[in-house]
Amino acid sequence: MSTLKTLNGNQSIAEAVRQIDPDVVAAYPITPSTAIVETIAKFKADGLITSEFVCPESEHSAMSVCIGASSAGGRVMTATGSQGLALMWEMLYIAAGLRLPIVAAIANRALSAPINIHGDHSDTMGARDSGWIQIYSENCQEAYDNFIQAFRIGEDLKVRTPVFVGLDGFIISHSLEVIQVEDDAKVKKFVGEYKPVYPLLDTSRKMTVGPIDFTDYYFEHKRNQIEGIENAPPVIEAVGKEFGQKFGREYGFFEEYRMDDAELCIVVMSSAAGTCKDAIDELRSDGKRIGLLKPRVFRPFPHEKIAEALKKMKAVAVFDRSSSPGAFGAPLFTEVRSALYDHKERPHIVNYVYGLGGRDIKVEHFKEVALKLEKIAETGKVEEIYGYINLRE
Amino acid sequence: MKKETWKELTIGTINLDAGNSVKNLTGTWRSGKKPQFIEEKCIQCFFCWLYCPHSAILVERDEVKGINYDYCTGCGMCSVECPTKEKAIIMVKEEAKLAEGGAE
Repeated sequence: MSTLKTLNGNQSIAEAVRQIDPDVVAAYPITPSTAIVETIAKFKADGLITSEFVCPESEHSAMSVCIGASSAGGRVMTATGSQGLALMWEMLYIAAGLRLPIVAAIANRALSAPINIHGDHSDTMGARDSGWIQIYSENCQEAYDNFIQAFRIGEDLKVRTPVFVGLDGFIISHSLEVIQVEDDAKVKKFVGEYKPVYPLLDTSRKMTVGPIDFTDYYFEHKRNQIEGIENAPPVIEAVGKEFGQKFGREYGFFEEYRMDDAELCIVVMSSAAGTCKDAIDELRSDGKRIGLLKPRVFRPFPHEKIAEALKKMKAVAVFDRSSSPGAFGAPLFTEVRSALYDHKERPHIVNYVYGLGGRDIKVEHFKEVALKLEKIAETGKVEEIYGYINLRE
Repeated sequence: MKKETWKELTIGTINLDAGNSVKNLTGTWRSGKKPQFIEEKCIQCFFCWLYCPHSAILVERDEVKGINYDYCTGCGMCSVECPTKEKAIIMVKEEAKLAEGGAE
């Protein structure tokens, strides 16, 4: 039976892991994801899961163990964030290149220097070209729901691609929330039995995994890999819909909040979207025609659907919780702006970097930007295409 | 050897034809010089066989019998390692590239 439980984001992920009971969990603790691994270790010690629990000496080794275990034919997960994800870097590309559907919960955290333990998206945004599917969560419930769906998405035979499930460090990972935890058996049934493709433990077959490619094959193998993540959109859609039918909470590529007659729009992912909803409500009660678009899936980027949702707006502000030094805008902005390029009809679009290193973002910050959007819509002039929120200037 | 398109490849770089490196005739890499085996000077120490990076030393009935030019890249390591005073493997000039064997 479905029950209400008071859990923080890390415990919500661990709860999903307990229900899924993967074959192997290999992880190295790092703030703010430590409690995920810690809780799984406790489940293992208490005999609540049968998973092989491996404590390697670093995140690089943790991902290496995941790759080995997944190649062997197991269902595998890990958790990390920030420097831990950075240390996994070279192995991330190998997991994606070998098409291993490993699922990693990422408690999103800033990257050094300066050292900081708080939430931002620098870690996963830096890994945006590693070939992993990326799904972001607004709250503990979404973290739990997304984590369950991630196995179905990544393991789909047409996809076979590893998946990140992001939850904002501290803001979600450490904040308590009452979440709906679904019935163990129903979650197990939803995720289904894992069917490995070409497992190394199948000794009846002679094969080589990850041999060297020179100029003659590398390009073809990379193109073959890209096909996996490009096959993901219909699967993400179907899994999100089925999840809705089974558990009552349906998911798509993004959430649209009060967008029906909106002329202005704020695009923001993860926990800040929750704050933004309050701002939108206040602005709406002041008669402003403004809405929120909260991307959930960042890789593969749903460019057509996002462009469709935004093309009729007069002005759009994209909020990024990471920076891309030297680039023309931060990661989410460049994607959204590029998606709109082919549309004759398209809005003015500006970018704001916010919340680096866990800096607060409040309702008033969104309201200030809404005023700027209103002015852009009125005058048709963009004075500042790229700015920073809540930064001492 | 026909090369597959990206659509024909097995996913995840998996090679279901394990051991297919025998099809890769590394002898095509050889240029300029090739080793020549002089059987009467050979003391059957197997140093050349041990050091050859491409397993291109021909062995028959536990005796070194020559060079497999399909895989010999002409690196010369066998000749360098050959311990006899008058070497049992010497490097000689090779006019035409790849006299025997050869890929594509």
